[in-house]
Amino acid sequence: MTAFINGIGLISPQHTADPGVFLPDIVEYTTDFLQAIDPKYKEFINPIAARRMSRLIKMGITSAKMALSDAGCQMPDAIITGTGLGSVEDTEKILSGMNAGEQLMNPTPFIQSTYNTISSQIAITLKCHNYNSTYVHRSFSFESALQDALIQFEEHIAEYALVGGIDEMTSNHLQITRRAGHWKMQPVNNLQLLTDKTPGALAGEGAAYFLLGDRHASSTYATLNDVKTLYNLNKATDQEGAINTFLADNDLTTDQLDAVILGYNGDVLFDEIYDRLGSGIFQQKQQLWYKHLCGEYYTSTGFALWLAANVLKHQLIPAAIKLNNHPSRQLQHILIYNQYRNTNHSLFLLSR
Amino acid sequence: MSKRIYITGIGIISSIGNNVPEVLSSLKDCKSGIGEITLFPTLHKGLLPMAEVKLSHNQLTALAEKERAEHYTRTTLLGMVAAKEALRSAGIDHVNDRRTGLLSATTVGGMDRSEVFYQEFVQNPDKGRLRDIVNHDCGDSTERIATELGVRHLVSTISTACSSSANTIMFGADLIRFGKADRMIVGGTDSVTRFTLNGFNTLMILDKRGCHPFDEHRAGLTLGEAAAYLVLESEDIVEKEGKQPLAELTGYGNANDAYHQTASSLDGTGAFLAMSKALKMSNLKSSDIDYINVHGTGTENNDLSEGVALERIFDPVPLFSSTKSYTGHTLGAAGAVEAVIAILSIQNRMIFPNLLWSTPMKELKIKPVTEILTDQNIRHVLSNSFGFGGNNSTVILSKLT
Repeated sequence: MTAFINGIGLISPQHTADPGVFLPDIVEYTTDFLQAIDPKYKEFINPIAARRMSRLIKMGITSAKMALSDAGCQMPDAIITGTGLGSVEDTEKILSGMNAGEQLMNPTPFIQSTYNTISSQIAITLKCHNYNSTYVHRSFSFESALQDALIQFEEHIAEYALVGGIDEMTSNHLQITRRAGHWKMQPVNNLQLLTDKTPGALAGEGAAYFLLGDRHASSTYATLNDVKTLYNLNKATDQEGAINTFLADNDLTTDQLDAVILGYNGDVLFDEIYDRLGSGIFQQKQQLWYKHLCGEYYTSTGFALWLAANVLKHQLIPAAIKLNNHPSRQLQHILIYNQYRNTNHSLFLLSR
Repeated sequence: MSKRIYITGIGIISSIGNNVPEVLSSLKDCKSGIGEITLFPTLHKGLLPMAEVKLSHNQLTALAEKERAEHYTRTTLLGMVAAKEALRSAGIDHVNDRRTGLLSATTVGGMDRSEVFYQEFVQNPDKGRLRDIVNHDCGDSTERIATELGVRHLVSTISTACSSSANTIMFGADLIRFGKADRMIVGGTDSVTRFTLNGFNTLMILDKRGCHPFDEHRAGLTLGEAAAYLVLESEDIVEKEGKQPLAELTGYGNANDAYHQTASSLDGTGAFLAMSKALKMSNLKSSDIDYINVHGTGTENNDLSEGVALERIFDPVPLFSSTKSYTGHTLGAAGAVEAVIAILSIQNRMIFPNLLWSTPMKELKIKPVTEILTDQNIRHVLSNSFGFGGNNSTVILSKLT
């Protein structure tokens, strides 16, 4: 089942909140992690309600509203969110409160720490009683949310689905996961992320919501043809086979791809997976990347989907995302391939 | 439904038993699993009851056939035990002879270890054992269970608070119906943690006596831990392999109350919509339902809102009970736990009662089943799972025809 991407709201470390422009400038950072640029939340959320909301919830509601307004949709038939970690900030507040002695704790962080809070708060804000769900599986979170939406279309339960991927980074969480070896040990320049070839990625965060429709609209960016998740591919050849099968399932071959977006994150231990494909089946393809713009996080493919949709809509590839130079005459089909620590692999196919 | 979906296997571990036969025996004996807190140190010990699985971390590790207990969270171990039982019960030896997926639900993930890590970490950010935090996120338990079972085709995790595992049943069935998988292992796992206990306690909805749902004097829920899984298979496989399924999944519905983050609407809008959608999908009339396993947490708000919705849909309201008086509220596992109990009801022709019930609610005309009923011809069971954030789901399980 093909869905039409009819509206997008993206809050990211780049200037992406305005749907009228496509990466007008690239924000350069030298930093421990790429922090999303906060929009003016009070333009989207009642300030009284916003006061009690943690940042992740505000990011979620705001990007969801941006997507709805971009598509001119008032009421989606489904609200589905993917989040790897939910509200880390609220979870940490409860853990701290517990350590201070299990008394007189504030209920608000507990209420907001529940993973489904973002989908629920969007439903409450819109008074939307329709299908509502939340996926919380590492780098499958956003992918599963999209797969669920595609089934809601197939089942004719939905004509419009609001689907998002959202995660935040906090300084504590950065510190812990850095100790576990996930990130660079020193601040890095995001635009030079691939040059030093050391272990560890550059962390990031973001909130991306998409208003998918079962039909074309004047606001349509592109079509989302298919999404696939692959768990625990081990052998080097598995990726190639899986990509070919995915394309064949969609009546395509690599020859027909006009660009591929790869999930390079600067971690030399895992980037070699993309290197191998880049010098293999994608050698003659226009290769693009995105995590120097948004960083690595469980739902970073939300940023990639935004990027692919805009490339197809504008028929334009910004220089800052090119890994090589193999221009296509026109941009018809784009494949996204991402993997998280060689465990969660995902594929997306979009068409003009 | 265009394509019929059967349940061919079930597995469960909860405070009332470590497997399906033990759980059935406790249900028949009206034996509750609610008792004292023993698993972790807390101020609330002796003041608030809990429904713990009666196994230490080491005993649970052994039951899950694993070694090196320190590398597993309780959520993962519970899940492994129940998921393996479900596969055995479905007679599946080779999980990859068909496209098999795992959808697991959890609300706490590896919190039972992360809360230990965090105690040391807040004192000194270089302290705390990393092995206690790397399993924190919800996907971790699912991936470990998948690896243990050998599942590779499709793996994901749902968290919609207390309706989480009901939603795995729905999405799992959808994936089969639309050709994305041949069989799905669906369900959920949640261990009790200090985090959850204190979190719910801030909301002042934990009953000091142990929950007594749908009672006028109810004073809140009782937390429990459990894991439960169901094996869903398509009509085609069941026919091809000549399997004898346990029950059929005939309908399901998901709706949002869209009222308040932690309170249900007074007219039970979300509950009404979820039940109505499930009934519509199953092509059943409300009078075809013989038993309702209600969400029935025992909080003042849930039981009133759910009761109002029941009276709006059903006239008369069928026999109903909340088995949370046995198992406690097992959060992310609850939907699957109660689906397993619904199947046991159908198979054993029994309705398991609300324990500890004494007084009807003054706002409602209905009251739950309070003594075990035998020799019941139960054709269709409707099971409700409602969560914080208004995430309401209903599934309908039916006797084979």
